[in-house]
Amino acid sequence: MRTTRRQFIKVSALGAGGLALAGSSMKWTAASTLLNSLTGGVEPTRTPTYCEICFWQCAGWVYKDQAGNIKKIIGNDDDPHCNGRLCPRGTGGVGMYADEDRLKTPLIRTTVDGQDTFREASWDEALDLVAKRFKEIGAQYGPETIALFTHGSGGSHFGHMLKAFGSQSITAPSFAQCRGPREVAFLATFGDIIYSPERTDIRDTKCLVLIGSHIGENMHNGQIQEMSDAIDKGASIITVDPRYSTAASKSKFWLPIKPATDMALLLAWMNVLIENGWYDKEYVERHTVGFEQLKAHVKPFTPEWAYGITTLDPNMIRRTAKEMHDASPSVIIHPGRHVTWYGDDTQRLRAVAILNALLGSWGRRGGFYNPEKAHVPEFPFPAFPKPARTPRESYAGKYNLANEVVSNGMVDATIPSEGNTFNFKAWIVNGTNLLASLPNQANTLKALDALEFLVVVDTMPMEITGYADVILPECTYLERYDMIRKSGHREPNIAVRVPAAEPKYNTKPADWIARELGIKLGLEAFYPWKDIEEMLDWQLQQLGTSLEEMKRIGVKKFPREFDDLYFTEGQDISFNTNSGKIELYSSDMEAEGLPPMPVYTAHEEPPSGYYRLIYGRAPMHTFSRTANNPNLTDLMDENVIWVNPKVAKLWGLKAGQYIKLRNQDDVLSTFAIKVRVTERIRWDSVYMVHGFGHDNKKLSRAFGRGVNDTEMITNVKVDPAMGGTGMRSNFVTFVTEFDEKEAKA
Amino acid sequence: MKEELIVSGRMNHLIDPQLHIWHWHIPLYLFLGGLAAGILFFAALYTILGKEKEYPTAVKIAPFITPIILVVGLMALFLDLNHKLYFWRLYTTIRLQSPMSWGAWTLMVVTPISVIWCALNIKEIFPNWKWKYEFIDELDAFFRKNLKTLSWVLLISSLILGVYTGILFSAFNARPLWNTSILGPLFLASGLSTGAAAILLMSKSHHERLAFARIDLMLIGIEMFLIIHMFMGFLASTQVHIDAASLFLGGPYTTPFWLFVVTLGLAVPALLETLELKGFKLPAMIAPILVLFGGIVFRFIIAYAGQVSRWLY
Amino acid sequence: MAVDTKKCVGCSDCVVACQTENNVPIGYCRDWVTEVTDGTYPQLEIEIRSERCNHCENAPCVRCCPTGASQFAEGGIVLVEHDRCIGCGACIASCPYDARYPHPDGYVDKCTFCIHRVDKGLKPACVSVCPTKCLYFGDLDDPNSDVSVVLKKRKWKTLIPEAGTRPQLYFLI
Ligand SMILES: Nc1nc2c(c(=O)[nH]1)N[C@H]1C(S)=C(S)[C@@H](COP(=O)(O)OP(=O)(O)OC[C@H]3O[C@@H](n4cnc5c(=O)[nH]c(N)nc54)[C@H](O)[C@@H]3O)O[C@H]1N2
Ligand SMILES: Nc1nc2c(c(=O)[nH]1)N[C@H]1C(S)=C(S)[C@@H](COP(=O)(O)OP(=O)(O)OC[C@H]3O[C@@H](n4cnc5c(=O)[nH]c(N)nc54)[C@H](O)[C@@H]3O)O[C@H]1N2
Ligand code: SF4
Ligand code: SF4
Ligand code: SF4
Ligand code: SF4
Ligand code: SF4
Ligand SMILES: [Mo]
Repeated sequence: MRTTRRQFIKVSALGAGGLALAGSSMKWTAASTLLNSLTGGVEPTRTPTYCEICFWQCAGWVYKDQAGNIKKIIGNDDDPHCNGRLCPRGTGGVGMYADEDRLKTPLIRTTVDGQDTFREASWDEALDLVAKRFKEIGAQYGPETIALFTHGSGGSHFGHMLKAFGSQSITAPSFAQCRGPREVAFLATFGDIIYSPERTDIRDTKCLVLIGSHIGENMHNGQIQEMSDAIDKGASIITVDPRYSTAASKSKFWLPIKPATDMALLLAWMNVLIENGWYDKEYVERHTVGFEQLKAHVKPFTPEWAYGITTLDPNMIRRTAKEMHDASPSVIIHPGRHVTWYGDDTQRLRAVAILNALLGSWGRRGGFYNPEKAHVPEFPFPAFPKPARTPRESYAGKYNLANEVVSNGMVDATIPSEGNTFNFKAWIVNGTNLLASLPNQANTLKALDALEFLVVVDTMPMEITGYADVILPECTYLERYDMIRKSGHREPNIAVRVPAAEPKYNTKPADWIARELGIKLGLEAFYPWKDIEEMLDWQLQQLGTSLEEMKRIGVKKFPREFDDLYFTEGQDISFNTNSGKIELYSSDMEAEGLPPMPVYTAHEEPPSGYYRLIYGRAPMHTFSRTANNPNLTDLMDENVIWVNPKVAKLWGLKAGQYIKLRNQDDVLSTFAIKVRVTERIRWDSVYMVHGFGHDNKKLSRAFGRGVNDTEMITNVKVDPAMGGTGMRSNFVTFVTEFDEKEAKA
Repeated sequence: MKEELIVSGRMNHLIDPQLHIWHWHIPLYLFLGGLAAGILFFAALYTILGKEKEYPTAVKIAPFITPIILVVGLMALFLDLNHKLYFWRLYTTIRLQSPMSWGAWTLMVVTPISVIWCALNIKEIFPNWKWKYEFIDELDAFFRKNLKTLSWVLLISSLILGVYTGILFSAFNARPLWNTSILGPLFLASGLSTGAAAILLMSKSHHERLAFARIDLMLIGIEMFLIIHMFMGFLASTQVHIDAASLFLGGPYTTPFWLFVVTLGLAVPALLETLELKGFKLPAMIAPILVLFGGIVFRFIIAYAGQVSRWLY
Repeated sequence: MAVDTKKCVGCSDCVVACQTENNVPIGYCRDWVTEVTDGTYPQLEIEIRSERCNHCENAPCVRCCPTGASQFAEGGIVLVEHDRCIGCGACIASCPYDARYPHPDGYVDKCTFCIHRVDKGLKPACVSVCPTKCLYFGDLDDPNSDVSVVLKKRKWKTLIPEAGTRPQLYFLI
């Protein structure tokens, strides 16, 4: 075999030229023809898209086989979001299209023999009904009482329709259940937000600090790619997580913190940086306000003080602070993304922002870059009517620092209560499974109950669709156009989504649904374009390209017009804060009567016999939306509960055993969950992946598989600054005796 | 604590969570192959030794069942194949390193010989039959003339077949339990022993019965020795081999193996045969039936347990 | 091929990509990801390996194949020729890595190192999709290939070298 190995396949560095077939043997030929027949041989046409399985929106190419079936999706090499490599979910996106459990036709709720059920309807009938009810509700209560809960691409189409109708009551779970606290904290500190994709310059960093961010399980593509590049370049990673996350296993330092105590660590780090003079003095001097107050404020918060709270070795706290200092300014204290944990999250993220300011990483290479967006002009249409009330008025006086609409504020306002005259009467729910994404299900159900009308636009029969009056089945992202992707990045760029196949079944794209509904509502004037192709082509022409060109290239980059990627050294910069400087001492927080500098508050601890429920992501799934995807369930078809071996021993739990969970409010999980006994979790906590435990029987692969963490999250700690729903003060205990049949369903 | 997981949820049909690619077909095929090999071996042996008259069952009667046994075995093998339409591919090449290949070819040799053997005997038992075609008579005459050569070919090919039934397993380095050179002789011995038992079952001659009881006793002795040897080998080897042996020493296969194979399949018949040789009158069927039963269980157990045993990494 | 266990995050993208590239039916796979955790909280270590056929230099699967369907192709890649395979399962039983599986169509299937892509100068599907770029593919005897370079730079191991198969999948440790 030596000799054959000598001719081992030669992959040319440029990817061209290929393999030297000199003296190719019979065997080889036989094998190649065989393989060609297996893979269909020729590469058929490809269609550009950007992925909808999470909100990183990677651009890619969709390939079909000769029969016209969608076979694979590959990243677009020119796309800065993905650099030609999709994540497992994006690659498995074919399963969203293939899933035979998809919603297939519009459905209308009716009552048969006293029982609610759905009947199939035509699009015309379903949309007529929606238009009729919207008109009635608009006339009776005002159009602004019709709210849109949305997540994903459909939002712009339905948003446009609703705004034209006179309502701006639009919200998404990606703020108050997700990024909200960090955006508010960074806005208060630097006068700008983090955006998505995050402006973290991980590629060039020398030190990346992850506080609960579990990159590697959190598969946001660009970040994981850049983290891997950074590892290659020798960057040190510091991970703070009560769980030995995948990222922790790749880290130089892992700080196995006691959950809910991160603030103490952050304060101690500030203390160490300041006391040792390990901060960027020039930067702090030139760009910040409030340093002296901060210095005095953090003086008592020594590593020894933090040790008592976090259980972290004080020397480790010093050692890691030194590591950050040594890398400064090419250091990132990562702000995380899903940061609604304990209700004081804006403060915690303020502490993160301050640390970054002390280390001078904002606006510096290897820290946070200045992103730039492509400017995509809108197809001209008449100005929207001014709504009688803005959604904020529905929770007036609360969450004043929120820079986006607070979903849970609107849910609360839907439930009639004394003193609130602005109640929402109808919802359109598009692409968000609110029963999985909003904590405190009982509250959500109360709101659903109070609604006069609920329209759900979804691709799958999910929990939320079960509560709808009308279900409108959208086709998947692989079968439709959507708006131009234009999120900011190092270079301004755009990406298009073009249908690779006709919509399956009787499904329609959101743009069509919204427009048809708009027309039925008499809003033709707001739709001056013939169809979405015309609109997109017009927009693209303004950018110097065309739909035709974009179909060929998928992604287009533009040169930067505005400021540089990083600050110019030695220059004064005007920040968009009240003081025009980086605010270590926050005037915004102060004005709200909140601590202007972060303070540590002790959070609830698990009662005896209970364990803190923490949750996160599995790299092969997105929230609850992929739990039925055939390709992805093949990799992981249920979530498991991680239990430390000591705890397992105490409770006599065996690996692989199914148990139920009961939380501190006596809520028993609907389904059972498999035990994973692992050293990777602390003994005071248990861990599970979010998005499982579906109870819609129509999901043939996902129904009854695992436990829905949302069901267990009844104790919600609302952030007074911006309304974020802290979800990690929930505690569960194990229930080993239950009716097996019922649990496995 | 050490934890090993396949995080990509691998569940390949017939491979995970443990190999179960071979079901009843292969062990049955191997048992029947061994049985036929045993019968044909004795037939050839006594022909060569010129003792056809003393051992009529062994030489003339018992071989009658071998074509059937072999065909049933081949059917089992065929049923086991997942890509049946390509069955003929087996006979487009000879792969010397592949036991499966030379097994198939050995059967290709043994099966026709067994048919010829039977045909010759049919002629002898029914001398008045008139064959329809001339050439059959010619063939008959040809083989009869070369009977000794034919017997030698049969003797050797049946030995190969017998050894092959064990080598098929022992060639699999990947399954530590199978990975012992003892399986070849062990399966041969067992095959011969089942062959002897089959002859015992059929024989009406007292003399022949005694002779085969003696032979069987000896073979059982050899088997016992080889089994002990095999376990000692495992236990003196690497961890994976120790693990493989422990499937039988406290593991899930302990009872079936020690009870059915060793006790009922070897020890009890050995005892019965000894008593019979000593002149005790016992129901003649019990010992050979137990031997056959032990033989088949043995192959099933080795086939199944081998698929459980694996390397650790 | 070399797999960097220090960078692999176990996301299983390599598995999905292989499935969609090579028409591997749902419920089967040519590659898989193993995660080994060792130690006691908080003194822990994880090794994550993306595994597949090792394209062994001394491949028992090729040796035991009765029809010659399993064979060495150009460059030492071990392949199965589907219409020569009778589905006897001998190669499956012979592989210490459980790298083969019976395809529902009858023949036995396994990783081909995406020879059809490599043929065109592309990298195997799993290599080209991996978000952490932890898979390296190339000519082991070309000192400048990705694999050779990384094998020179880093410590590595192979799986079950004791089995004597001389595996050609290297794990950087
Ligand atoms: N308990 C708990 N709650 C959480 C989180 C958590 O970790 N744990 N995470 C929070 C975070 S960070 C976020 S961002 C939110 C996410 O919350 P959501 O975005 O609501 O997440 P999903 O549960 O995936 O719900 C998505 C819904 O959209 C549907 N869908 C998918 N594709 C399409 C499409 O193309 N068109 C349409 N119309 N519908 C589609 C899916 O079928 C599904 O019903 O959840 C938050 N809530
Ligand atoms: N594969 C995949 N990737 C995704 C998503 C997905 O659904 N699937 N969703 C995307 C979205 S929208 C978001 S918002 C992000 C979320 O991704 P992240 O922002 O990384 O998520 P978190 O939920 O904050 O992080 C979960 C981690 O926090 C740890 N943790 C729990 N409690 C504490 C604590 O008290 N202190 C500390 N320091 N750590 C703690 C957990 O052990 C776990 O490792 O992921 C994105 N990426
Ligand atoms: S990160 Fe993955 S799921 Fe998210 S958009 Fe990109 S490919 Fe799709
Ligand atoms: S795609 Fe890469 S990082 Fe993900 S599991 Fe496979 S080898 Fe590891
Ligand atoms: S890993 Fe298994 S299938 Fe691959 S060459 Fe080695 S023995 Fe054969
Ligand atoms: S299953 Fe196919 S490839 Fe494997 S040994 Fe049998 S004939 Fe050869
Ligand atoms: S090289 Fe190709 S066939 Fe092999 S595992 Fe990777 S993608 Fe699959
Ligand atoms: Mo999120």
